Amino acid sequence: MTQLLLFNVFNGLIVGAFYALMALGLSLILNLSGVINFAHGGFLALGAYIAYTLIPYVGFWGGLAIAPFATAAVGIVVEWALIRRLYGRDPLYSLLLTFGLAYIFEDVLRAIWGAQSVPYPIPPELSTPLSSQFFFLTGYRLFMVGLAALVVLALFLILNRTRLGMRIRAGTADLETVSVLGINVRILRTLNFGLGIYLAGLAGVLAAGMLGLQPTIGTSLIMPSFVAIIVGGLGSLPGTLLGGLLIGLAAGITAVFFPSATEAVMYVMMGLVLLVRPRGLLGEEGRVS
Amino acid sequence: MKRVPAVAWTGLIWLVLLTMPYWMRAVGGYTELASRVLVLGLAAMSLNFLLGFTGVLSFGHAAYFGLGAYGAAMTIKYIAPSTPLGILVGVATGTLAAMVIGALIARLRGVYFAMVTIAFGQVFYFIAFRWNSVTGGDDGVTGWKRQALDLGLAKIDLLGNDKAFYYFILACFAIAVTLMWLLLRSPFGRTLLAIRENERRARFLGVPVERHIWLSFVISCCFVSLAGTLYALLNNFTDPRALRWDQSGNFVIMAVLGGMRSFWGPLIGAAIFVVLQDYVSSHTENWMSFIGLFFVLVVLFFPRGVLGILRRKGMA
Repeated sequence: MTQLLLFNVFNGLIVGAFYALMALGLSLILNLSGVINFAHGGFLALGAYIAYTLIPYVGFWGGLAIAPFATAAVGIVVEWALIRRLYGRDPLYSLLLTFGLAYIFEDVLRAIWGAQSVPYPIPPELSTPLSSQFFFLTGYRLFMVGLAALVVLALFLILNRTRLGMRIRAGTADLETVSVLGINVRILRTLNFGLGIYLAGLAGVLAAGMLGLQPTIGTSLIMPSFVAIIVGGLGSLPGTLLGGLLIGLAAGITAVFFPSATEAVMYVMMGLVLLVRPRGLLGEEGRVS
Repeated sequence: MKRVPAVAWTGLIWLVLLTMPYWMRAVGGYTELASRVLVLGLAAMSLNFLLGFTGVLSFGHAAYFGLGAYGAAMTIKYIAPSTPLGILVGVATGTLAAMVIGALIARLRGVYFAMVTIAFGQVFYFIAFRWNSVTGGDDGVTGWKRQALDLGLAKIDLLGNDKAFYYFILACFAIAVTLMWLLLRSPFGRTLLAIRENERRARFLGVPVERHIWLSFVISCCFVSLAGTLYALLNNFTDPRALRWDQSGNFVIMAVLGGMRSFWGPLIGAAIFVVLQDYVSSHTENWMSFIGLFFVLVVLFFPRGVLGILRRKGMA
């Protein structure tokens, strides 16, 4: 029982790390540009498939290093060609546009790589269990959690210590003032979008090694990411991180006692948060309305 | 806009709806397609009550549509083989859920409101998908059929007679649409418009904004769940796809495509969408790409919708 519980708590933590990576990217884009990127799951799947295609040539580590950047490049092109036109308009339009993009992504991925799940190779040194008693502790799982933690740390360092990060945070607070101070807001938004998509691509590469790879892999992760943002609080990146980990853990623990409610529990949490604290756990005051 | 043309347009729309089953075949359609236009048109118009006339973006209306569908299907299958009872239970289920969730979200605005409605929309999808023993899981509720309508004096065969069922849907549609029209013309409806145009000003005038938004949400979801019950009756089955997020997006694009600021716009948007989807999905495997591309093109080039463009050119 303890072992089962530990297994599921650890599993929940990993899933929570995926949610958090995905939700942090969504949050970055939402906070600075006011765009709910429904195609985020599509970018996640794209990242995973790019890595899958590259692995025979550059190996697992090469795929892991290159694919997220390639995904971010696609993201920047999409932002530059389409999404940029909708800034400042009713959020309805960007939501519908990215919604359409999500359709296109899923269909194109299916046309290129097939609807069936494809096996995603992970290096043998990472796939063996580290201990016979805790069979679920494979190197890959530990590696995923570690890498996700590192990337999140790097993200917060970028946001807090670099000029770009400072501008992103300033733009989130007051874009007009930032623009008046002579900063090119267009480029800032494009780079910020690329950063968000990079996180999606990375989450995709990591998730494919654990969940298997199929065109709908992103769709199953995007809804929990929305929940993570709402639970954590709109406008707060630490909140989003907390929200992702919390709902992942909650889902993991629920899977032990009441498996069929695994998905439902995060929505119950969301309902409770909205009831007690509508702005989310770490949300800023006044962001809600 | 002058008054006379508006009446003429409304008359034309009713004339088309009343005669549709008789010329559908001649233009390459079929009666069921006409019925689907009506049902999804009603759903899009109901959504637009909230979206276009209250200015609140809900991206999760498929949940209430699906609850209506499941309510009707399960009532007819398990409780009593009666079409009107199925509709009543379906509408009650959807409306009740909307009352509870609406109370949680009426304080939120804009993007945040949209995001919470998306997320809440998925709850019912997961319940329908996971609760196998009751909802049939992925396969949905099958093994039942819509029942004949017993009016006391006469029985109307809704199952075998396509046209009879079309006119049954049209009757429900007419009642719902008339109610919405009356509501929008009432002081309550005008208050909703005031909230859309300037929420702060409405608040200063003493309008209880949250209560109005909650009411508008509930009314909108009530009519959308009516559309959902009709959808289940039309298909003689229902499955979790009826309440998934892509269905919500389809309703929104119908409203935008037709024209959010006009009463009849969403019906026209629904007609275009349904016919297009029917055509594309029977000609290519990659219909999702076409629909997705369609979304992108509508947003970039027709953000005001068909009626918005006509109105700008002074034709409506």
